[in-house]
Amino acid sequence: MDKFRMIFQFLQSNQESFMNGICGIMALASAQMYSAFDFNCPCLPSYNLAYGMGILFVPPLVLFLLGFVMNNNVSMLAEEWKRPTGMRQKDPAVLRYMFCSMAQRAMIAPAVWISVTLLDGKCFMCAFSTSVPVEKLGNGSYTGLSEKEMKRILARIPCKEIYSGQELVAREVAVRYLRCISQALGWSFVLLMTMLAFLVRALRPCFTQAAFLKSKYWSHYIDIERKLFDETCTEHAKSFAKVCIQQFFETMNKDMAMGHTHSPEKAPSEVGEEKEKLLGITDQGTMNRILKSWHKCKPPLYLHQEALQNGNGWAGENEHHNDISPPKREMVTYYSKV
Amino acid sequence: MDRFRMIFQYFQSNSESVMNGICGLLALASVKMYTSFDFNCPCLPKYNMVYGVGIMFLPPMALFLCGLILNRQSLVMLEEWKRPTGGRKKDLAIIRYMCFSIMQRAMIAPVVWIIVTLLDGKCFICAFSSSIDPEKFVGFANITPTQIQLLLSKVPCKDDELMKNHTARKAISRYLRCWSQALGWSILLFLIVVAFLARSLRPCFNQAAFLQTRYWSNYIDIEQKIFEETCCEHARDFAHKCILHFFESMQQEIKLRRFNAPREAEEGEAEEDHLRGITDQEQMNKLLKSWYYSKPPLDVSQATQRQPMDRERPSVPWADSLSNRGNTPQTAKSSRQTDV
Repeated sequence: MDKFRMIFQFLQSNQESFMNGICGIMALASAQMYSAFDFNCPCLPSYNLAYGMGILFVPPLVLFLLGFVMNNNVSMLAEEWKRPTGMRQKDPAVLRYMFCSMAQRAMIAPAVWISVTLLDGKCFMCAFSTSVPVEKLGNGSYTGLSEKEMKRILARIPCKEIYSGQELVAREVAVRYLRCISQALGWSFVLLMTMLAFLVRALRPCFTQAAFLKSKYWSHYIDIERKLFDETCTEHAKSFAKVCIQQFFETMNKDMAMGHTHSPEKAPSEVGEEKEKLLGITDQGTMNRILKSWHKCKPPLYLHQEALQNGNGWAGENEHHNDISPPKREMVTYYSKV
Repeated sequence: MDRFRMIFQYFQSNSESVMNGICGLLALASVKMYTSFDFNCPCLPKYNMVYGVGIMFLPPMALFLCGLILNRQSLVMLEEWKRPTGGRKKDLAIIRYMCFSIMQRAMIAPVVWIIVTLLDGKCFICAFSSSIDPEKFVGFANITPTQIQLLLSKVPCKDDELMKNHTARKAISRYLRCWSQALGWSILLFLIVVAFLARSLRPCFNQAAFLQTRYWSNYIDIEQKIFEETCCEHARDFAHKCILHFFESMQQEIKLRRFNAPREAEEGEAEEDHLRGITDQEQMNKLLKSWYYSKPPLDVSQATQRQPMDRERPSVPWADSLSNRGNTPQTAKSSRQTDV
């Protein structure tokens, strides 16, 4: 379990590693989807090609876009691209790096789908069964058939039960032929992809490695900065909410104390701590009033300064919420001329 | 188990992750429901379409409503929408943002159901087998239209005697299935393109306002949670005090009745006395009966002040009878209206 925890933490450590994990999962899901998908060739002349090509290319497109959608860096890239320059210059090399790394990862699942489809062969067979060279494989001199009729017969090659053209061309021959070509294409595709990946990786350091290292660093930096900013905002919201609610209870207590003429103001010191935990609410009517007030009249988003200075360490900072505007101003300490 | 705990903790880390987790679970449940559902086409002329379309659209609606119900944020959003303005103005942008985010998450499981249904094909075949053009297929010549309709409606049922050995049955099935899968993939592609555009073009439009809206909607969620936690803690302490008070009052009563046994009173009080002076069956029975027949009033102000017990106080019913004790002036807060 320790190993698993380590892997989990490593994958979570930054967005790139996380995306590597997602990428692997999607590749596996792609293979699984293919095997679960019930391929169903229509065996009709004009439909075969459309169906076959559709199954070969539409799911990869879906997987490619899904790879982008699941990557949080997409919105980060768009944000970085569109932001006003402000006090921090923009570096197009960083944007290019981000985009390339996202695109590379998103391409893996589609490549897996296409390879698996071609290596399996059903799809290719369905799409190109009408293009089988009858002269080479079968009885080319089988006359008496119009072009359309021949196409109709050939279109049924993928469907074993209804194939009626055994005299024209034997079904097993055609199937083997088509499958052979499909697998050859599949393996060539796999080889091509692997070669490309190898070249990109091996030749990368030959071209402007220093600039590349810079781009990689600053793109990680932007990712981490954004995550930290979101975490800081969440922490701030928590503290803000706690103080706001505390002040709400105090205000309600004060208001109610003004209305009570007979309730004693001073409590014995030894029950001070317990009274504090009860926030001064000691009976049903008071609690009901507080709950009603919480709904009917929520407190304003304004924290009293004196309570803050006695409490946590936000003293001195301006708590007006309309000054809590997004970010770049507060991050001026991270300024650098990349 | 450690693994699950870690995954659980990761998803619990913030409210959005919880929602994502629930969303994923609903999607998986949707797929599982579909595979375990025993699809059973009626194979009758008018019923096919109704059944097929019903199976395609009713479960998604149920899943959508489920997704809305299970999402805590929908209650938060409704509350924010419906609350009186009071001391805090309402910002419609926040409500819109929350609404969108809830809808997006709730739509995933229905969409998964519809796509799995289309990719599988049974439903589509059942619904549309009577609507195809019989000219395209062999075996339908010289038959009356009503007979054709009857035959076509039996296409989805493999074991039906009328259509079992019909030449066109498989061809029609394949044809419809091809259309069903093409439709399924097209819908999936369309939705993914929309999701991609929405995600990548989001920062191009009014990003600053978006960040503000996101912060404040997160704030409202957190505030609600912390308020509930505060109320829970308060209720716990309140209950603790109330019960202590009750036991003490019972103890007093027992002491008053036991003139001949004053010796235990001083000894037991020095240490942590969980027995609270109740040391035999009869006393305990009396206490339990009293707890049922005459619960103490919801008022521990005397307990915290340690004043002498006033047992003549009438028990207070649950209704808000103490609210007339001092109408809290709401005007004190209304002068501080700020924007959210």
